[in-house]
Amino acid sequence: MVNGEDRSARPPHGSRALDRRKFLGFVLAAPTLVTAAELVPAEQARADVPSADITELVDLNDVMTLAALPTSGLITVQVDTDGTVSFALPRAEVGQGITTSTAMLIAEEMDVPLDKVRVTLADARPELVFNQLTGGSNTTIATYTPIRVAAAVARGRLLEAAATVFGAALTEVTIRAGVVLGPAGRSIGIGALAEKAAAVRTQQVTAELKPAEQFTVIGTPQRRIDALDAVTGRKKFAMDLAVPGALPTMVCRPPTINGKVGPVANAAEVRAMPGVTDVVVINSGVAVRARTFGQCIDAVRALKVSWGPGTAQGKSDETVLQELKAAEPSLGLPPLTPSVEGKFTFHFRSNSALETNCAIADVRSDRAEIWSGLKAPIVAKEAIAAKLGLPLGAVTVHVTESGGSFGRKLFFDAALEAVEISEKIGKPVKLMWHRADDSRQGRTHPMATSRVRIAYAGNTVLSYKQRHTSVATDLSHGFGEIFTALAAKLPVADLGFSETFFQLSQSMPYNFGVNSRLLNETDKGFNTGSMRNVYSPDVTCARELLIDRLASKMGKDPYRVRRDFLKDDRSIAVLEKVAEAGRWGRSMPAGTAQGIALHSEYHSASAVLVEIDCRPETVGRPIRNGVAGPRVTKVVLAVDAGLTINPRGLEAQMMGCAMDGIALALTSSLHLRDGYFLEASWDNYFYTRQWNTPPELDVIIMPDTTGKPGGAGELGVAASMAAVACAYGRATGTMPTTFPINHGTLSFEPKPVVPPVPQSPTDGLDHAF
Amino acid sequence: MPEHTFRLNGEQVTVDIADDVRLLWVLRDILGVTGPKYGCGINVCKACTSHLNGRAVNPCAIPVGDLDPTDEVTTIEGLPATVGAELHPMQQAWLDLDVAQCGYCQPGQIMAAVAVVRRAAEEGREITDTDLDGIRNICRCGTYVRIREAIRAGAARM
Repeated sequence: MVNGEDRSARPPHGSRALDRRKFLGFVLAAPTLVTAAELVPAEQARADVPSADITELVDLNDVMTLAALPTSGLITVQVDTDGTVSFALPRAEVGQGITTSTAMLIAEEMDVPLDKVRVTLADARPELVFNQLTGGSNTTIATYTPIRVAAAVARGRLLEAAATVFGAALTEVTIRAGVVLGPAGRSIGIGALAEKAAAVRTQQVTAELKPAEQFTVIGTPQRRIDALDAVTGRKKFAMDLAVPGALPTMVCRPPTINGKVGPVANAAEVRAMPGVTDVVVINSGVAVRARTFGQCIDAVRALKVSWGPGTAQGKSDETVLQELKAAEPSLGLPPLTPSVEGKFTFHFRSNSALETNCAIADVRSDRAEIWSGLKAPIVAKEAIAAKLGLPLGAVTVHVTESGGSFGRKLFFDAALEAVEISEKIGKPVKLMWHRADDSRQGRTHPMATSRVRIAYAGNTVLSYKQRHTSVATDLSHGFGEIFTALAAKLPVADLGFSETFFQLSQSMPYNFGVNSRLLNETDKGFNTGSMRNVYSPDVTCARELLIDRLASKMGKDPYRVRRDFLKDDRSIAVLEKVAEAGRWGRSMPAGTAQGIALHSEYHSASAVLVEIDCRPETVGRPIRNGVAGPRVTKVVLAVDAGLTINPRGLEAQMMGCAMDGIALALTSSLHLRDGYFLEASWDNYFYTRQWNTPPELDVIIMPDTTGKPGGAGELGVAASMAAVACAYGRATGTMPTTFPINHGTLSFEPKPVVPPVPQSPTDGLDHAF
Repeated sequence: MPEHTFRLNGEQVTVDIADDVRLLWVLRDILGVTGPKYGCGINVCKACTSHLNGRAVNPCAIPVGDLDPTDEVTTIEGLPATVGAELHPMQQAWLDLDVAQCGYCQPGQIMAAVAVVRRAAEEGREITDTDLDGIRNICRCGTYVRIREAIRAGAARM
């Protein structure tokens, strides 16, 4: 039994050293019980994905976790008189399920029912410095201990308060399902104790965490705590908020990427259109504010604007490929031993979420208030305050629930734009990008090439070289602050942000002898950002394809060669699991095949086996306004994310990762022509749709061998993409080298760029079903 | 300004707005009914899928002037009332299978799913893989597999 004697919150005893499970926390002075975690014992950088390279010393997640340490103590758990426990999570929920897993941590540690835990998203809190960035699949890794410590302190205080009420010893009280039980059948709800357990002065206490063998919530499959709101339409995203006076606002954008706005010929005329309240030139175009978004679209389409050249003027896929080629680092002289070599091209891809870039802003002369889905709200707040010339304290930034992110919401382009518009017109605005804007002017995952060479002799691999060359990825708003601060502590201090990120996020899971990888970047003229899993899908896809070629040259089976060269037990286990569960090597008809691939990152490992059907009758199946293409008919994905908080949530993330991987390998890309992207619609940009969805999906969660959570929100993308690519190569007999494989075929009629957004159709009634 | 009246989730509503403003904006910007989401405005992403007289439609492609006073518009908010329950069986199936991730597309997905199941039932047949492949609603989180499972589970209870 877990009782007060086991895990009460006690004042620290002098200088007695804290043992591994004892942590310092706070009880804060407040009307009801509020506790905070102060100290997380600094861990040594973990090396559980061994490789003879930098990630053995430190990887991206270690950097982010280290960055979070000094301020993690400021997160607080509050017990309310209605018996609920509240926690404002300093992270962004973008669909990855962290509000649910966070609620599970608190429910576990406090022994309260999951549905009594309320997790909201914290406003931007600059005092948290580095600890409010959602990215790098780091949330659970960084917050796992501090959140539980705050909860454990709260639990201890509740037990002490109950013992006082009962006139009992601490050993005689315990919490079950949010009720404190005492001697002689006495009980009291935690709500009734919320004020009694409160502190009149802030004090430091120690707390012990519940041992893993007593977990009853962590590791059990739980549904999302926001699921009911999602299925009833009650879940509120930024554009669903009713902020007084914040009328719909859109921007008329240039016909080329970042084109310069010039004179507007008919501003007065457009201002007089039905519903329109304001027309104003801003940095990125011409903003219109109206009673409805429909009237904004009408106004945007009516504007006559002179546009100057953009930052990618005249550029196309072909010219960017030439730039990349010129920037490619050398692979060195050909080896004297046998080798396999390949060059792979990855076209621009959109990380556009279904919720377009959007923000509400209310800027006054002395203050500003912003609502937006933001993964880096502190940086956003600082940038907004600087832009407006306001003190930081005069700017309030609310983090709203996000309708997806995939990397997009590390940036705050819409928030900055909304602030500019609101300031210029002196009114609150509800700014939403049109889908066409989001696709054409929004951030993209940059085009890249990857050259790989593997030298071998007999059954030994002597060396592995990879040279990744990419259009520059803008990581500055998200990770820049962290790397700046910690650069001195890293063995890569002389490298730029992108190269640092690249080196820290890429590992070499195979015993491939001398291993070297380099990133070179070129051309900063594009609006870029990392997309889910950042460099890994492309880097891993190139590597795994070449491993298949290596296997062929060595006369080995693709599974066997991976199995033989993998270094660590967790990677071997996931690979063996998918091979077994997916019946690797089973006989399949001509034109169909299996593919297998592996990827490890975020202190986690994943392997994917897919089956693909590339037969002509499948590839050519009729799809209206869409791309059919080869069909992935089966995905088996094994994941070892260490200690899994919510297996159901992890399965969901792996499902999404698989869908992303299928799209990246087969169908989804942007086409650059004449300085702009042709795609302006979901029927132009072919993200996975139902007709591309694998009929069979099996996600296998491996037993935990680490006792610590790894990252998982992005983990499965790389191996999924790579496995699909490998399967395609085996089914068709030709290793694919350009991604997505259908990029060479333009499967739609591009929409005009002037006006920049299409008019909504009027024939909706004709399509009722 | 022209006045338009129609039935919305069981109640008669009236708005003053130009004829050609699409129903999506009337719902969201004027009436504050935010379950139907914007994802494209050109009847492609299907995030705004709602029902008109029991059939799935996309309000982003319907001028409000096309509605008659007796037309019944049902958004996700009004779906449970169509079966006189707290939740429609399809919503319950969505909960049971924990379909939603970010949740942005899910109101539209559920409204489309209900219509697909009804259509199959009217044709006297079960839901097929072809029916499921034909659903055009985008889910950028990639919840498609659970959506397929939930539709079959929901159909069994409808």
